[in-house]
Amino acid sequence: MKQAEIVVIGGGPAGLCAAMSAAKSGAGVLIIDRNKSLGGQLVKQTHMFFGSEKQYASTRGIDIPEILLKELAKYKDKVEIKTNSTAVGFYEDGVITVLEKEDKYYKVEPKAVVVATGAYEKFLSFPNNDLPGIYGAGAVQTLMNVHGVKPGNRVLMVGAGNIGLIVSYQLMQAGVKVAAILDAAPKIGGYLVHASKIRRMGVPILTSHTVKEAIGKDFLEKAVVCKVDEKFNPIPGTEITFDVDVMCISVGLTPLNELLAMRGCRMKYVPQLSGLVPVRDENYETTVENIFVAGDASGVEEASAAMVEGYLAGLCAAAKIGYKPDDFYERRKDYMNQLNNLRSGPAARHILAGLDQIRR
Amino acid sequence: MFEKTGIPSKEMVMEKFPSQDRINKGPVAIVECYREIPCNPCETACRFNAIRVGEDINNIPQINFDKCTGCAICLSKCPGLAIMIADGSKSEDTVEIKIPYEFLPLPGEGQVVKGLDREGKHITDVKVLKVTNPKSFDRTPVITIEVDRKFLYEIRNIRVEV
Amino acid sequence: MRIKEHPILKFNKEKKIKFIFNGQELEGYEGDTIAAALHAQGVKVLGKSLFLHRPRGFYCAIGNCSSCLMTVNGVANVKTCVTDLEEGMVVETQEGKGVIV
Repeated sequence: MKQAEIVVIGGGPAGLCAAMSAAKSGAGVLIIDRNKSLGGQLVKQTHMFFGSEKQYASTRGIDIPEILLKELAKYKDKVEIKTNSTAVGFYEDGVITVLEKEDKYYKVEPKAVVVATGAYEKFLSFPNNDLPGIYGAGAVQTLMNVHGVKPGNRVLMVGAGNIGLIVSYQLMQAGVKVAAILDAAPKIGGYLVHASKIRRMGVPILTSHTVKEAIGKDFLEKAVVCKVDEKFNPIPGTEITFDVDVMCISVGLTPLNELLAMRGCRMKYVPQLSGLVPVRDENYETTVENIFVAGDASGVEEASAAMVEGYLAGLCAAAKIGYKPDDFYERRKDYMNQLNNLRSGPAARHILAGLDQIRR
Repeated sequence: MFEKTGIPSKEMVMEKFPSQDRINKGPVAIVECYREIPCNPCETACRFNAIRVGEDINNIPQINFDKCTGCAICLSKCPGLAIMIADGSKSEDTVEIKIPYEFLPLPGEGQVVKGLDREGKHITDVKVLKVTNPKSFDRTPVITIEVDRKFLYEIRNIRVEV
Repeated sequence: MRIKEHPILKFNKEKKIKFIFNGQELEGYEGDTIAAALHAQGVKVLGKSLFLHRPRGFYCAIGNCSSCLMTVNGVANVKTCVTDLEEGMVVETQEGKGVIV
């Protein structure tokens, strides 16, 4: 059995910030990440981030892991990193089981845990939605921005939230044609500055439209879309057929947090936070003592908020096991203010409504 | 309509523009940030304190056209690529417009390219005067184009045909 | 289907790797995942579904969804979207569950 003071599960924006924050307070930290390198989904975000200076606004997402890892390296005698390692179980006695590279399987017993496992892409139901060529928008981002491979020649983007808009722009940067962006909602869900920069490249954004069916034998060849009424029912006779070899599904994310449910943390379904999320207090501590959550695993939001949640959860987890720095209250207040600031506008109204339902 | 299409109306665009007099005096930034989002790098980037977002980073940036020098630092820093620069001091018939352009191939200086409006429609051909892409712009090149004055409120993008 | 030039990114694809896909020799690059190397060669169908034998491609590309399972070096159910390509790998489309040896 491996011992650790704080285990951080997931080395994306939230996990890295949690680890850094806890180590800064003096706690020993073990980061467990299933990927071969840290950074989570930041590694494919080629666009500049929003927010303010403290959340690395105006810096491209791809450059943020390096900044965070450099910062983390300051505490290298406090931090142990296990990549290619998946936390597969989190048991009632507090033990986490880890599978390293498919061949090493061991237990870890930490004093506190920050679960920062992120989220996964939702799917959409329509006939033939399983055809190859129909990919998650994030998957396409990985393929082109991490591996340098184009997903195809002509893409239909389904979903006009921030991810759908950003990935459409990135597809064009990779030299791929975007036929259209559609969304069943009557309004564009993402930031309108993103929408405008795609629209002025000549890409139509079709709100109140959905996918009727995909057509193809072995892979996607055509997509049929149609208009929907106010109740999201398809309107017959409004069909448009697109000759596309790729369809990107960008209809939102769902928190990936089964480990918390397994551990016995109280979970609640909160639509505004995009799914089942753990009940927690303002320090991001769940209903199980010394088990914290941060980032999309606590409710789907922007990466800037995930980083601040990480700082807050890491700080509070360290304090709970005896590493309470002199400036604890100051730091905690700063993180809380940053979160309030990120969430105070109309773009985050749903997040505040969701958080109201989840506080312990 | 803006919320459905991503295309701001002419009135919305006009409201963000300074007076013709100000444009004729020299370069000035036009910040096309129409909706509140949590973001303030334009304020942080401005060395002349010409852009104000304020305590609540969701506020829509307010620009003081008298303080703005049109230096274009904010243009490369805006994550929404929502800022352009207009300069009407060079000629009576044309204006010089600076826009961000993050695509390849970049146009060459002197090249004539397609000038596009906010829908991506070709409205006029424009001449590229300058392509600026220093390290500090962090891979957001800034393209200066010469545009017929009558398209001042319409021009917003270019297309480089290969 | 490789991106040749990109306004923001640089891809360090230098060392070529040869591998076998369904008996045919294909090329990828060091650093590719199996699924990315196949996609770059135009291979989108990675397997067939369990009951209806419908074609399967990847969906999430980050190891969540298991839509990209293939048989690699005789081992079934390998998540090819997160498994690195190696020299001489034998990659086969997987029919349904695959066979565990």
